[in-house]
Amino acid sequence: MAITLSPPTAPAGLTRSQLLELYYYMRLTRTLEERLVALYRQTKVVGGLFRSLGQEADAVGSAYALDRSRGDILSPLIRNLGSMLVQGAQPLEILLQYMAKGDSLSRGRELNIHIGDLDRGFIGQISHLGDMVAVMAGVTLTFKLRKEPRVGLVYVGDGATSTGAFHEGLNFAAVQRCPLVVIVENNGYAYSTPIARQTAATRLADKAGGYGIPGITADGNDVLAVYEVTKEAVDRAREGGGVTLIELMTYRRKGHAEHDDQSYLPAGEIERWAAENDPLDRYVDRLTDILGVTADELDAINDRVRGEVDRATDLAERSAPPAAADALIGVYADPPVMPLQWYREGSDG
Amino acid sequence: MGEVTYLEAIREGLIEEMERDSNVFCLGEDIGVYGGAFKVTEGLLSRFGADRVIDTPVSETGFVGAAAGAAHMGMRPVCEMQFIDFISCAYSILTNYVATARYRSFLPCPMVVRGPSGGYVRGGPFHSQNPEAAFLHTPGLKIVCPATPADAKGLLKAAIRDDDPVLFFEHKYLYRRVRETMPTGDHVVPLGKARVAREGRDLSIITYAAGVWKSLEAAQILEREDGLAVEVLDLRTLLPLDDDGIVMTVKKTNRALIVHEDTATGGAAGEVIARVNQLAFEWLDAPVRRVAAHDVPLPYAPALEDFVLPQTSDIVAASRWLAKY
Repeated sequence: MAITLSPPTAPAGLTRSQLLELYYYMRLTRTLEERLVALYRQTKVVGGLFRSLGQEADAVGSAYALDRSRGDILSPLIRNLGSMLVQGAQPLEILLQYMAKGDSLSRGRELNIHIGDLDRGFIGQISHLGDMVAVMAGVTLTFKLRKEPRVGLVYVGDGATSTGAFHEGLNFAAVQRCPLVVIVENNGYAYSTPIARQTAATRLADKAGGYGIPGITADGNDVLAVYEVTKEAVDRAREGGGVTLIELMTYRRKGHAEHDDQSYLPAGEIERWAAENDPLDRYVDRLTDILGVTADELDAINDRVRGEVDRATDLAERSAPPAAADALIGVYADPPVMPLQWYREGSDG
Repeated sequence: MGEVTYLEAIREGLIEEMERDSNVFCLGEDIGVYGGAFKVTEGLLSRFGADRVIDTPVSETGFVGAAAGAAHMGMRPVCEMQFIDFISCAYSILTNYVATARYRSFLPCPMVVRGPSGGYVRGGPFHSQNPEAAFLHTPGLKIVCPATPADAKGLLKAAIRDDDPVLFFEHKYLYRRVRETMPTGDHVVPLGKARVAREGRDLSIITYAAGVWKSLEAAQILEREDGLAVEVLDLRTLLPLDDDGIVMTVKKTNRALIVHEDTATGGAAGEVIARVNQLAFEWLDAPVRRVAAHDVPLPYAPALEDFVLPQTSDIVAASRWLAKY
């Protein structure tokens, strides 16, 4: 009797090209942020700069578990640039936004990655932590009411789990069995506050029990583990199984924002994570050791990413700032333009 | 068609809009099975089902945020605050998220937050508030304060159809105390247009909500006892304010008194007075005055509440002062 060997199962059920696509998005996130740092130092990024260095796997792997073709929607947090890229945000759009240009997605009204595009399935966050859980509860409540097989995903940090909005939004979504996945990105710090001063709980996923929903903790620096755990929650939500809380363990290697000197960190902590638990390094090892991806293949992706970011930078630098008086447009649907106050030339008051 | 109360008029408006547009749905605490603390939503659950009349957990931030998310997706949610005092629990998400969604993110946010406000009912500090001034300062929101049953219905229908977020402050003192026959047909009252509640030539009282009724009462006394013809302008909408309506009445009578039940300092009267100064100063024959609540939390005991809130006699006295100036 002849024995046929089945081909090796691809990790997480993903094809080889999908596995390389995950690498592409992680590399794009890192390279784009490195470019933003250069522009920030040239004062071309006019506001604060928020990095996700060392956290690229959790944003990319989780967003990759959504199905854009079915209209899934996510709401990223400040360190989830990678999730927006997966949903279709372009490097140029991110650069225009950070550089406060007139043709940025927010028309210069908002900072950093506080931007959204409903058509591509991402909704911009606000700075008040936890609020987006409630908003995404309503987005996904609508999916449920309309019987659409769509899923929502919302990111919060470890700090946001202490807020009232997180609790109210999550509880509302759980009671309504909304098709929502809530990702708690536990990177160890909320600004300078370590997790031990944020909560007495040993695992943030344990909070799920209080809402009657499943809670899972996973390795946030293993992109395939992130994908798998999120995919399972997404599938459950799509089938009517309600909300899942996922805690992704990771580490914030840069400060809260670029200005933060991280003086509050124990000596050697960043270096240890960088050397031993970098999500890109880990994934490269996995791809080359187990899947036989060659260095040339990865270099080709790196080159493609660098070319895309270079071209986007050239375009962004040539883009104009918004016209000042555009500030008065679009507060309301009606009236479409707010009046100038009387002391400013051109007012009608 | 017989007369309906202010409360029944609101219910009629809700039912008509829910029948007209399947995207309209209600959410709030105890609004379904129980029909709401004041029974505004009574009968809606059996009529429209649990998907469109949603009983929520006690979580004003949670359901206001959820309403915003639903509004982004094309729904037209109507949130009920059980008492409007609890809207402050959702202050952050209303002012930071709901009010800015269109400006920052070009996200449509057509939603209404409605509920009973106001005093004169011995409700004490947390069941009597008038929170309009706290939101008057927030670009991106609209604020409606109806005084009559017909306006309560017509303005609510306009608020539900509006593409911007609207705070709809009902007055619980009026819920069952005023009644009138509803206009026939699809009765919609546009936002942002004041209403002359009483014509006059000697003095203008500019007011809204329960203040309209107190002012009309005062106007009758002033006509009877002083021979004064007092005009009463019902603002109806505080955001946007009807500058044209305000200017018109001030130019007509040259004297203006602003009346509201909310506390004086930082209240809506200050904004109206600033606009009168800017737009019609030359037409004034007297300083613009205001009658408002004293600057204290609203106390419970009748003797205390009646002392703090503006009464008809206060409006009469201030009007006499203005008329003589």
